Amino acid sequence: MAFDGMSRRDVLRASALATVAGGTLAAPAVHAQATTTLRCGFWDHWVPAGNGAMRELCAEWGEKNRVNVQVDFITSVGNQNLLTIAAQAQSRSGHDILSFPTWEPAAKYDMLEPLDDVMGRLTAKYGPVNAAAEYLGKIRGKWVAIPAVSGTQMKPACVRFDLMEQHAGIDIRAMWPANDTRGPGADTWNWDTFLTAAEKCHAAGVPFGMPMGSFTDAVDTVGAIMASFGASMMDREGKVTVQGNAKLKTAVEYLVKLSRFLPNDVWAWDDGANNRALISGRSALIFNPPSAWAVAKRDAPQVAEKCWTVPVPAGPEGRFTPYLPYFWGIWAFSRNKGPAKQLLEFLSERTSAEKQTNTSNGYDIPPFVSMNNFEVWAKEGPPVGTVYNYPLRAHHNATASIAMAPAPAEFAVQAYQQALNTKVVARIAQGGETIDQSLDWLHRELTNIVRGG
Amino acid sequence: MVADGSHALGGMASRDRGRANAMQRFARRRSTIAFLMTLPLLAIIVGLVAYPAAYAIYLSTLNRRMTAFAGTLNFELLFESDTFWMVAFQSCFFAITAVVLKASIGFWLAHMLHHIPDKGQRKWRGMLLVPWVIPPALSTLGWWWMFDPSYSSINWLLAVISVPEVPWLGHHWWARIAIIMVNVWIGAPFFMIMYLAALKSVPEQLYEAAMIDGASSFQRLRYVTLPMMANIISITVLFSLIVTFANYDIVRVLTNGGPRDLTHVFASYAFQVGILSGNIPRGAAVSLFMFPILALCAFFVLRSVTRRNKEQM
Repeated sequence: MAFDGMSRRDVLRASALATVAGGTLAAPAVHAQATTTLRCGFWDHWVPAGNGAMRELCAEWGEKNRVNVQVDFITSVGNQNLLTIAAQAQSRSGHDILSFPTWEPAAKYDMLEPLDDVMGRLTAKYGPVNAAAEYLGKIRGKWVAIPAVSGTQMKPACVRFDLMEQHAGIDIRAMWPANDTRGPGADTWNWDTFLTAAEKCHAAGVPFGMPMGSFTDAVDTVGAIMASFGASMMDREGKVTVQGNAKLKTAVEYLVKLSRFLPNDVWAWDDGANNRALISGRSALIFNPPSAWAVAKRDAPQVAEKCWTVPVPAGPEGRFTPYLPYFWGIWAFSRNKGPAKQLLEFLSERTSAEKQTNTSNGYDIPPFVSMNNFEVWAKEGPPVGTVYNYPLRAHHNATASIAMAPAPAEFAVQAYQQALNTKVVARIAQGGETIDQSLDWLHRELTNIVRGG
Repeated sequence: MVADGSHALGGMASRDRGRANAMQRFARRRSTIAFLMTLPLLAIIVGLVAYPAAYAIYLSTLNRRMTAFAGTLNFELLFESDTFWMVAFQSCFFAITAVVLKASIGFWLAHMLHHIPDKGQRKWRGMLLVPWVIPPALSTLGWWWMFDPSYSSINWLLAVISVPEVPWLGHHWWARIAIIMVNVWIGAPFFMIMYLAALKSVPEQLYEAAMIDGASSFQRLRYVTLPMMANIISITVLFSLIVTFANYDIVRVLTNGGPRDLTHVFASYAFQVGILSGNIPRGAAVSLFMFPILALCAFFVLRSVTRRNKEQM
């Protein structure tokens, strides 16, 4: 027998070796099975293909890292995402990673895992993110969430170039061509020129479609106009700066003047009303991401092929483009913080970001300034190059703006959600108050917010 | 004690019987049975009414970050806010106007239906109930399309007969009227069906007697119908007042509280302050304001119902 010449000790040694060898050989198979499950709740994209890109990226990363990534898409319709965040924060259970809309990282900062390490590696690789993203995501010196690609949008001007040329005499395509140069007249693209053009287009029956209600498009646009006049309602320390604020008064006066040349029902417009105004051919200009143009491409191609996205006009203190970002955050109660951080880093990498932007037809804007040169924005059309100027580019000399900044985020969010900046204008233009009465009201409301802590 | 120990066993058995009897007696008590029977209901009330209410009160006493006790600060700040008082006025205006209109239209419709023969009545009853059956968020969206600031179909129809455009959602009084109209459209069928049931239960002999006494149709309504329906009118008005006061979806879909917060009601304002602005304690404080107002209404309405019942006994 084969065992004849073996001692008991040899048999034991051989069996031990066999066990170790068996275990080692079998190891890849054992480790190939995902033992960690990462639960992610991402924003349910307006563009249907947007969700597909996120799902594919998560699956790709999960496969490489042997992590089972479960992805849920949570809609912002009916504020479902805000309700989900509030519920998970209260119950301290739910997803590991969640998409947080603009103000939520600041609201939940003490319940979120600091992500300075991830942001450190990403900024080392891709350079800084824009200032508005930093203001919203870096709370008390710590990054509590990563500025996301999916869902993040800018709101530059989407112009009907034919109507603008016909009624206001401005060749907007020549002014802002689909390359990195400023065309003739670009230096005069300011709020005064805009006001004159608004008056002419209003007289021609194609008024600019700028909402002045309480929805985000209105608040963001008015916020950007105020920022370009250097007007703020509250300083970084949370001190209300309404009384005796000459810049704020000038900005409000300008907005009251401008509102006379807008459709008379803009006070009730929601975020879809400006899109409808453009798509129906009743408006010569709106402030919006390319989603309005994309819908027009499908529903009213004759309108879409005459649209051209250009930077927001400049004011005395610079050019500010409305910016509405999403963030990816990890709950502090998550048990999978390590893998969650790795996944977020992967999703923020250039190739992943480009995939998200491409599948959303250029809608998603990456937070890193160095990524504002994806090819999709140059290629999209018709007309080709229509969204070239959608992301911030160096020659725009523009800054991403979020309404109510630089107030501390916990106060700014309340003023933002209550649309105090549009209401202060509406009280004058629609309510018949004087500018001083309206500013006094604003002062009281902001003081009330600050007193609440 | 017998040799096999039967005495001892018998003693133990009788002790057990004694214990079982006490348990049985306890279980057979009416109060115990009643308590056990009501236990599921109590659990539901505690879990779904008392606990959320107590939690809302607790939340309203916290600071914005919900990290420290803030006493009555949230209420004090609301009292100081112009917007809050405007919301309080609008909530009362909306609820009272809508309920009065719903009750009046429901009462009128019920009378109209009551005089239609049974065969045709069923058809009308079904059709008139449709607004109440459709989910309000969905039907309100339909109304919103009709009121749409730029493409209102109602305005289009008005233009056909040369009536100028109405800023349905752009001007605050028109927006308030639009919200009340939608609420009445949805809620009037509920009143109609309740009043119809009440009308059917009024004995025909009372009307016959009144007619013999020479009562006019108004007098029959005033002295027969209304007294006989008083309780159902009170209860339905109270019920509708509570539901209308706490209404959220119509305002949210139609105006989102605009223009200039002039159509906000307590529920929509509480959502804006609590969830959207990330100030849950202040939002809880806003929503709690509905409670004393409604409790007061409920007290007076139910007291009048009890008094009437006693008078009739």
